[in-house]
Amino acid sequence: MSDSNTDKVESGPESEDACSPQVMVQAEGVWKVFGRNPERILTPRYRDVPKKDLQRRTGCVIALRDVSFAVKSGELFVIMGLSGSGKSTMIRTLLRLVEPTAGALRVADKDVVAMDHEELIQFRRDKVSMVFQNYGLLPHYTVLENAAYGLKLRGNHKEEREARAIEALKTVGLAGWENYYPASLSGGMQQRVGLARALAKDPAILLMDEPFSGLDPLIRRQMQDELVDLQAELGKTIVFVTHDLHEALKLGDRIAIMRDGRVVQVADPEEILNNPHDEYVKAFTRDASPARVFTAATVMEDPEILLYRRQGPLTARTMMEHQRCEWSFVVDRKKRYLGVATRDVIERLAKEKKHILNEEDLLYVQPVPPDTVIEDLFGQVSSGSYHVPVTDEHGRLLGVVRPRAILNALSTEDADA
Amino acid sequence: MRDFPEWIRIPVADWVDTGMYWILANLGGVFDWIGSIGLQVLLVVERALVFVPWWVAIIAIGLLARRAIGSTRAAAAIAVMLFLVGAFGYWAEAMNTLSVVIVSVAFSVALGIPLGILMAWSNPVRNIVTPVLDAMQTMPSFVYLIPALMLFGLGRVPATFATIVYAIPPVIRLTNVGIREVSPAVIEASKAFGADRWNLLFDVQLPLARPSILVGINQTTMMALAMVVIGSMIGNRGLGMEVLLAINRVNIGQGFEAGISIVFLAIIIDRITNAFAKAKTVEVAMGEGDDEEEHEEASGAAARHG
Repeated sequence: MSDSNTDKVESGPESEDACSPQVMVQAEGVWKVFGRNPERILTPRYRDVPKKDLQRRTGCVIALRDVSFAVKSGELFVIMGLSGSGKSTMIRTLLRLVEPTAGALRVADKDVVAMDHEELIQFRRDKVSMVFQNYGLLPHYTVLENAAYGLKLRGNHKEEREARAIEALKTVGLAGWENYYPASLSGGMQQRVGLARALAKDPAILLMDEPFSGLDPLIRRQMQDELVDLQAELGKTIVFVTHDLHEALKLGDRIAIMRDGRVVQVADPEEILNNPHDEYVKAFTRDASPARVFTAATVMEDPEILLYRRQGPLTARTMMEHQRCEWSFVVDRKKRYLGVATRDVIERLAKEKKHILNEEDLLYVQPVPPDTVIEDLFGQVSSGSYHVPVTDEHGRLLGVVRPRAILNALSTEDADA
Repeated sequence: MRDFPEWIRIPVADWVDTGMYWILANLGGVFDWIGSIGLQVLLVVERALVFVPWWVAIIAIGLLARRAIGSTRAAAAIAVMLFLVGAFGYWAEAMNTLSVVIVSVAFSVALGIPLGILMAWSNPVRNIVTPVLDAMQTMPSFVYLIPALMLFGLGRVPATFATIVYAIPPVIRLTNVGIREVSPAVIEASKAFGADRWNLLFDVQLPLARPSILVGINQTTMMALAMVVIGSMIGNRGLGMEVLLAINRVNIGQGFEAGISIVFLAIIIDRITNAFAKAKTVEVAMGEGDDEEEHEEASGAAARHG
């Protein structure tokens, strides 16, 4: 089934070569070999030796093997692969944070490989921005100074760069945080600063290296949604690296799947799901049967009401009446999950004039970790009268899974496929 | 057979002597010239210190300490220590000692930080400098007095020279370490935004290495103070000379007064420079210690926004 479509899929990037004014990023036959005398690896003697044998025989590690792809203007291009597939190396060669061993790279109509040191620095200042998984913010700069740093390096005046940085911070929802230091911000907010720093330069091309991988599941999803909105508004050319198929499907206009340093398939998300190019892609997408792909983290939501242990039964009753809830999850001060309090329990505690909601008074609904696939939640969701609490390894409540959210996830995915 | 054979001799001492005499014969003029400039600098600094009335100095140091340490009690204690030095009759000597320390530290920092930066940038430079620094720190400090004496004669200039040689290693080392320990993620991000070598140095590496460099300066200062005392053996006046005189005369009382004055100076300099080093560190990490509530509020606000 997949074979019949292979040609069409693979002809994708090549057929776009012709309309080069539209192509913003083009990689052709890019190799990256780490180790001594990397050039010899490209000779026919070693060229096709498998990665493991090569490392044993020569001590060299191949990160990229003849990688080619083209990204069109305004496209959100996702490079997906597991760790060690070469995706992070690939995105770094685009601005020569990693020097390619061989191959041609054109980014924003510039020959990246041919640049000398000065030209390269100018290119990084003018044409591209990058967002990193670990943010890479300057801890001694305020949020504003961080967001303006790219413009400072470009040599813009203080007023101009601050005005543009403030604008960028507003775009990512950080207005009012200008004078804080990164250390006082949560991970999600730090990554917003990283994004603002990238956007403030108004780059031709935005490179994003697993920007959301270090974030909590709820924040991650929210940032993904915002990136989709932002992209609809700004229409940037984005190269986005991820190891998460779901993220790739959600964000990518087209997806390149990498394995062992090679690109094994470039296609749009539908194509990837319908016609996986080989067993490797299939292995990825087989799991894309929604019930096996989506996890509790992807479908969980904030609870509509949340009681803290120290809140007395009277407060609890008022809140429940206000929200018209018959029950609520209860957490302690550190947001650790304790159990479920029903209206009946609250009424009884109020009558007994208790001041806190004790654990022994609560119902204990078994929580699940965020990486539980939703297939494993079916039983619990259908049998219980309460939503399923999702907790992290410290027992903190991350969100709740409602039956409706599961149905939604399954039905959307069916419609896509 | 057990004794080391007489005929195996490597005459390093002779070589060093020959080299030293060669330097004296051929470059003596240069060292005279350096020495006279050094002397002028030292005298200017000392005159400036002596020119300040003692009570102004005590108040100024007290206020500086208050600002740096942030505690009135500690500042008062420091002011009292300085007052006691004067009350022992050693004000002029203390100012003399201080002037040598100040000039030595200024030279050490001016030479040491650039050298530390070079070490951090280049592994070959590091591999050469590190053993030299090790040797400089292990060598008994008296040894430095001999070439200093030969090059600059007697007095405070050779003492300053010996002090610089003795005290410079920590600031070099800690500049190197501080720069090398800057997170590679921050460096990579800055490079990605087009930072060249100098942008990296002044925007990222030096600011982030600052706590480490300030600790280095603190250590250099303390070592300089220790060496200044030894420098009195080659004719540097000041507190060290008083200690030396007390030893020669077996005068316990005088030795104690001079010794405790040195301790007071050491405490004053250490507390103030240390406090400045810490203050900068806290500034950088600001907000990290903020309580959990505010943190959660912050992320909550962002979440609501989206």
